[in-house]
Amino acid sequence: MSDWGRKVWIIIIIKLFIIFVILKIFFFRDFLYNNYHDDKQRSEHVIDQLINSSDKHD
Amino acid sequence: MIENVDLSLVDWSRAQFALTAIYHWLFVPLTLGLSFILAIMETIYVRTGNEEWKRITRFWMTLFGINFAIGIATGIILEFEFGTNWSNYSWFVGDIFGAPLAIEGILAFFLESTFVVVMFFGWNKVSKKFHLVSTWLVAIGANLSALWILVANAWMQNPVGMIFNPETARNEMVNFWAILFNQVAVDKFLHTISSGFLLAAMFVLGISAWFLIRKREDLLAKRSILIAGVFGLLSSLLVAFTGDGSARTVSKVQPVKFASMEALYEGKTNAGLIVFGVLKDTDKKIGKKNIKAFAFKIEIPGLLSVLTGGDKDAYVQGLADHISGNEKLGIISIPEKIRSGKFARDVLASYKKAELVNDTPQIQAIKEVFKDKEFRDKYFRYFGYASIDKPEDVVPNVTISFYSFHLMVVLGFLFILIFSVALYLLFKGTISDKKWFLWVALLSIPLPYIASELGWLLTEMGRQPWIIQDMMTVSKAVSQISTGSVITTFILFAVLFTVLLISEISIMVKQIKTGPKH
Repeated sequence: MSDWGRKVWIIIIIKLFIIFVILKIFFFRDFLYNNYHDDKQRSEHVIDQLINSSDKHD
Repeated sequence: MIENVDLSLVDWSRAQFALTAIYHWLFVPLTLGLSFILAIMETIYVRTGNEEWKRITRFWMTLFGINFAIGIATGIILEFEFGTNWSNYSWFVGDIFGAPLAIEGILAFFLESTFVVVMFFGWNKVSKKFHLVSTWLVAIGANLSALWILVANAWMQNPVGMIFNPETARNEMVNFWAILFNQVAVDKFLHTISSGFLLAAMFVLGISAWFLIRKREDLLAKRSILIAGVFGLLSSLLVAFTGDGSARTVSKVQPVKFASMEALYEGKTNAGLIVFGVLKDTDKKIGKKNIKAFAFKIEIPGLLSVLTGGDKDAYVQGLADHISGNEKLGIISIPEKIRSGKFARDVLASYKKAELVNDTPQIQAIKEVFKDKEFRDKYFRYFGYASIDKPEDVVPNVTISFYSFHLMVVLGFLFILIFSVALYLLFKGTISDKKWFLWVALLSIPLPYIASELGWLLTEMGRQPWIIQDMMTVSKAVSQISTGSVITTFILFAVLFTVLLISEISIMVKQIKTGPKH
């Protein structure tokens, strides 16, 4: 394998590990799926967010 | 609750998404364009049997491979962010995003990634023709991937082809073709891929110029300049043409964005096209926002009216027309849209109340209301305005919109000039002697990247305060997570992407210096 090919493969493996193992598992858990049990609760939560008050803009 | 929404959370979430999208977009356009340049070069090799064309193709394919490998999967982080940081938005868009992205994953990505293996490792292992077909399929697959992502983004600019279901709080697709052939999607796809072609052509032109400066690889450089020059000139003309079409569409479906990118506060006939201008603050205000005026401008009288309305007497709408409304033109004022949005929001609130007391007839009746075309066209299309406090809040940052648009346009014309000069000097046989031009070509490599990022800046910043035009504000879309966690991941991404970018540039520079194999 060429020198650049070896470097690129190492970068790909490290990058995929960081993205799919570290970031996905520890930092990017799906907010609605982790905080609400079923789709009904999720939709209720979103409706609450949609119908409550206005945004604040400075 | 939204009334207590932490604005720093919104801002950090936006900054994080912007950072990842900007970095991701540093890798993508080169893949879109260089894949076609490779396919053209390899086609010439297969048709002529000239081994030098194979050597040229393989050299550029190495650089394509480095960019492809470093950039791959950087876009997946954006999808993580949808679920974590933008959960209300992700839920609300329903299957509108899911369907195009699924098609992208199943068809385009697999097409691209399957044949990319043949393209890289299949030389001398499969037949010439099969290898060539694989290279073309990689190019087509990469660009089809872009299509589906852009279709999803276009829906955020101009939401069509869906009905909101109050039971699930999601938009449901009712017309796939309306979403696919959304005018914004068509414009955006053509403009984006042609700008990717242009960027790749400048990349090839610039590196070839470097070889000529160093008096190395004369034949490779000149043949590459020929392909890049023709491909780049055609692409840059296409970019100008599609950009014009895209701006016309924006003037119709996002008139506030259009008025902002022209810094046009008061609508007028015989509106001039600003070629170049410098903005300054004035004491005049729209609500709490200062109105900008031109400290200096170069303007072509009447051209903006001609471009948008067909003749110089055509009226071009200004921001004031949209803030206060213009009865003569049938433009609804922002306060009226706020009233319509609040009415739609109240209907949704009454649905929720009916659900709480299990009032089945009322539930059914409200469901029918949401399916009613008149309700959708008069009220629900302004649903997002229920979140707007003051009319001026719907005006995006005029300074950013104006400069990003005009700088992009200026660069676009510069690219036409550079590719034209490159071809002229090449055909005249004097390109190797024109050191000044070779340096211009080399130093111009970053410019299409800047133009491309400016295009996205305009697209996304010009849509503010909306995440989905008129239907959902950015503040409503954000998840109620801790600001600290968003800052942490922002820093992580900044480090990760910067390392990836430095790795790409260093590996690529080393490979360019090494040159093609003999």
